[in-house]
Amino acid sequence: MTATPSPAGHRSAGIPEFPMPRAAQCPFDPPPALREKQQEGPLTRVRLWDGSTHWLVTRYAEQRALLADPRVSADITRPGYPSPAASRSNTIGFILMDDPEHARQRRMVTAPFTIKRVEALRPAVQKIVDDLIDELLAGPKPVDLVEAFALPVPSLVICALLGVPYADHAFFQENSKTIINRDATVEQRTAAHGRLSAYLDGLVAEKLARPADDLLSRLAERVGAGELTRLEAARMGVLLLIAGHETTANMIALGTLALLEHPGQLAALRESDDPKLVAGAVEELLRYLHITHSGRRRVATDDIEIAGQVVRAGEGLILANDIGNRDPAAFPDPDRLDIHRDARHHVAFGFGVHQCLGQSLARMELQVVYGTLYRRIPTLRLAAALDDIPFKHDGSVYGVYELPVTW
Amino acid sequence: MNVHLDQDKCVASGQCVMAAPDVFDQRDEDGIAVLLTSAPSTEDAEGVRHAATVCPALAIHLTEATAED
Ligand code: HEM
Ligand code: SF4
Repeated sequence: MTATPSPAGHRSAGIPEFPMPRAAQCPFDPPPALREKQQEGPLTRVRLWDGSTHWLVTRYAEQRALLADPRVSADITRPGYPSPAASRSNTIGFILMDDPEHARQRRMVTAPFTIKRVEALRPAVQKIVDDLIDELLAGPKPVDLVEAFALPVPSLVICALLGVPYADHAFFQENSKTIINRDATVEQRTAAHGRLSAYLDGLVAEKLARPADDLLSRLAERVGAGELTRLEAARMGVLLLIAGHETTANMIALGTLALLEHPGQLAALRESDDPKLVAGAVEELLRYLHITHSGRRRVATDDIEIAGQVVRAGEGLILANDIGNRDPAAFPDPDRLDIHRDARHHVAFGFGVHQCLGQSLARMELQVVYGTLYRRIPTLRLAAALDDIPFKHDGSVYGVYELPVTW
Repeated sequence: MNVHLDQDKCVASGQCVMAAPDVFDQRDEDGIAVLLTSAPSTEDAEGVRHAATVCPALAIHLTEATAED
């Protein structure tokens, strides 16, 4: 690189590309380059796939401050938004909207996710988990834990909550997979999204005619009352269906793999019957694994002074919560998985008004799973070498595609 | 300790209920937080402080009134 760079080239020279690759030998750790950026300072610059450059926010305190700042927008249609793909239209609903419309729509779907309602579901989730483990134990081995357990648990739960027939799971899981695949083309993603929207739209129409005791029926009522269009209701259904099963499924499979690779931690979890320890382990695994590894994406709507920098109105922000959850200022010895630590202040569910709507449900599902699976199958082990496990480096949500296990 | 809750900001995350169930509850219709007491007991103080720290909407504010807090 001896050629004299142009001024623009000079300015962007040395600006690394985002997302960054993980180190092959550390599949549970964020990319080493993210750690370097964090050591450089709370706000640095990165370049996206389209050559646009944005702020990368790597430290816990600044991430929380910005995610809770009303001058920070999640609206993908605003100029400057660090879009992960060429399409800049919002087909996924309120997760990419700002208040007051975001709040209006979110409040229409919060009721089933309160702590009380979620706790009332715990026995049903325990039964789902127990039954699936019975089937595992009665079936052949080795078995792919993703297919046989990690995907069915949250899919069954969100289907019942929404009122989506579980019999259609192959269809919606396949399309969800395409939508969150970072390497899928825009056309592939749009087509998959179109199929899911049409499917949900059909279900909303059915619920309008024959309401049942589920969330899609509540949305259909809103459509009937003129508070929501059919399209908005269908998009909310798509968002809830995808967010409701993909994330939790990845936490189940990747969490199991992380525990198998940390046998001391696994033994401590298995041998304790303290629900507090299990709940603590869930928080620590959420922190340590941080599966939503593509960063929260935002754009400033006003000049914001932070950490000695000025983020100008219209500039994009990528908040890498995965490295924020490994910030030594918030979590001592951050790269150690320690189920006994207090990790409850992690940002695995984000922060600010978009913080995960389904977090109480996800927590409860993971508590039931981590509290049951390893006790029912104490000799559970990998049936492949760690090197042969296919990790979702290409997914906007991290995890494993397959997890061959035996016992 | 005195607790103030701004319901207009609340996004129904449920984190405060998890941290201090004797001080916070959620409305059945939309999950928005409600205060069960604005003057929590000494035993609940730590949970309430944690709730204020983790509330994603910055909707919980505390005033530490007395020396025993
Ligand atoms: C372990 C599992 C889960 C993880 C790690 C997770 C993570 C996240 C994160 C990081 C966000 C913030 C997005 C942003 O700020 O841009 C989010 C939002 C959201 N999550 Fe989850 N999630 C999980 C499970 C669930 C479940 C079970 C549901 C249930 C339906 C759900 C529904 C949603 C919805 C609707 C939003 C958008 C909220 C808004 O924009 O106001 N998630 N989730
Ligand atoms: S923690 Fe904050 S946002 Fe969450 S329910 Fe309580 S007051 Fe509302």
